Amino acid sequence: MTEPILKVEDIHVYYGSIHAVKGISFEVNEGEIVTLIGANGAGKSTTLNTISCLLHPSTGSVSLLGKPLAKTPPHKVVERGLAQVPEGRRIFLQMTVQENLEMGAYTQTARGASGVAQDLERVYDFFPRLGERRRQVAGTLSGGEQQMLAMGRALMSRPKLLMLDEPSMGLAPILVEQIFEIIADLHKKGSTILLVEQNAQMALSIASRGYVLETGKIVTTGTGEELLASPAIKKAYLGGD
Amino acid sequence: MTLLNFFISGISLGSIYAIIALGYTMVYGIAKMLNFAHGDVIMVGAYVCFYAVSRYDLPPVAGVALAMFVCTLLGIIVEKLAYKPLRQAPSLAVLITAIGVSYFLQNTALLLWSSNPKVFPSVVGRGAIKLFDGQLSLSHVTVVTIVTCVVIMICLTWFTGNTRMGKAMRACSEDKGAAQLMGINVNATISMTFAIGSGLAAVAGVLLCSAYPTLMPTTGSLPGIKAFTAAVFGGIGSIPGALLGGLLLGVIEIFAKAYISSQLSDAVVFAVLIVVLLVKPAGLLGVQMPEKV
Repeated sequence: MTEPILKVEDIHVYYGSIHAVKGISFEVNEGEIVTLIGANGAGKSTTLNTISCLLHPSTGSVSLLGKPLAKTPPHKVVERGLAQVPEGRRIFLQMTVQENLEMGAYTQTARGASGVAQDLERVYDFFPRLGERRRQVAGTLSGGEQQMLAMGRALMSRPKLLMLDEPSMGLAPILVEQIFEIIADLHKKGSTILLVEQNAQMALSIASRGYVLETGKIVTTGTGEELLASPAIKKAYLGGD
Repeated sequence: MTLLNFFISGISLGSIYAIIALGYTMVYGIAKMLNFAHGDVIMVGAYVCFYAVSRYDLPPVAGVALAMFVCTLLGIIVEKLAYKPLRQAPSLAVLITAIGVSYFLQNTALLLWSSNPKVFPSVVGRGAIKLFDGQLSLSHVTVVTIVTCVVIMICLTWFTGNTRMGKAMRACSEDKGAAQLMGINVNATISMTFAIGSGLAAVAGVLLCSAYPTLMPTTGSLPGIKAFTAAVFGGIGSIPGALLGGLLLGVIEIFAKAYISSQLSDAVVFAVLIVVLLVKPAGLLGVQMPEKV
């Protein structure tokens, strides 16, 4: 069996005295889209930020390609092959589209200017809208374009694992669909993705596997179809009866 | 012709304010803190240059280089020891710390160099260029000050717009969390900003004391406060704003001194600041970017 890209083992995370994540374990294998779904406050973003080393688990471990990530400073995590598209996009609004993408390639010094230029073209091929607007200041982009930019920026670091935190948040329904098509497309082109979403229906429809979080614990797991079909899930998250 | 003379002195004084204001504005932009010790770094720079040139007979260029080196180091050390431990602290705590650092530097200077004013030797001599049959006189200091300011502005604009480090600084000043997710070492970037700002403060100190040759441990505080005003005037966080604010402040100050009253000139300067902030709260070139949904 090959090594999973990401292995999370029994992590517990506290915010002061609040026990936000209570023993979560899961893994992401190469070529998968794995989704963590759950309501607000279930611990999804906390889990993601722990993987990115922005938070530290009190017990448990996170390893990337078999090597533990513990004590890695957050800015070194990117070099190890993790890219996070944060909740709310967090693009640099006063910088141009191209500068935002260049920031994504900040750790790619070994690839040199020509390597980064190639990656830029790849992102522009994938997101033609960004290519058209490359000299524009990012603050002038629409919400959907900003989400594309946030994803493109993360891809510039050539991640082994792309983590998306609520990519559908704050977008119009038609854009949500478009963003999920993009995610499915990225997956088809070989990206391994960890997707955190409140929009369970959309997330499960493109996911290889899913984990359902409730108040800091994983309560159910299964393939995307299994979870979509499960009556309990339907009732709790999909608004079905 | 007198008008033009006043205008040029204003631009020259304003250039010094602008160079100091850059330090305030860059540090504010990235660390979101007001480094009130910045003015005292100017004084340290001037003292280092003074001793290098008049006691150890180094050439002025070496004196300036040494002053920049010492101030850059000082900026990095102050940031590491005083401000970095307070990264998560409320901004009021950081502000008070900055005021504390300011007094610490002043009192250390008092101990080391005494309160006796030193007569600063101009690094560019006391000559002047006479134009229009001597009606317009440009001192060498004035010319060097304005040219230095222009060169610094061009270099900084190029640096922040075209280099990897410069762009990382802009990214950090917008969103440190997101910058970290890009793999940018935020602490190193903040350190770098303090280093640049403090190095520029040394240059400003030497220029200031070349034009106004009295050097005391408190020499930096008033120009520091005025440069801070200039930074707010132009829009704090904005590099072109620091230039614009500095120049305007210098010109207004000199004209107020010439045509209104030298005692009242500072009051006039601050009155203009208040009016500007009432009309444009973010300063002349400050930006407030709305969030897109």
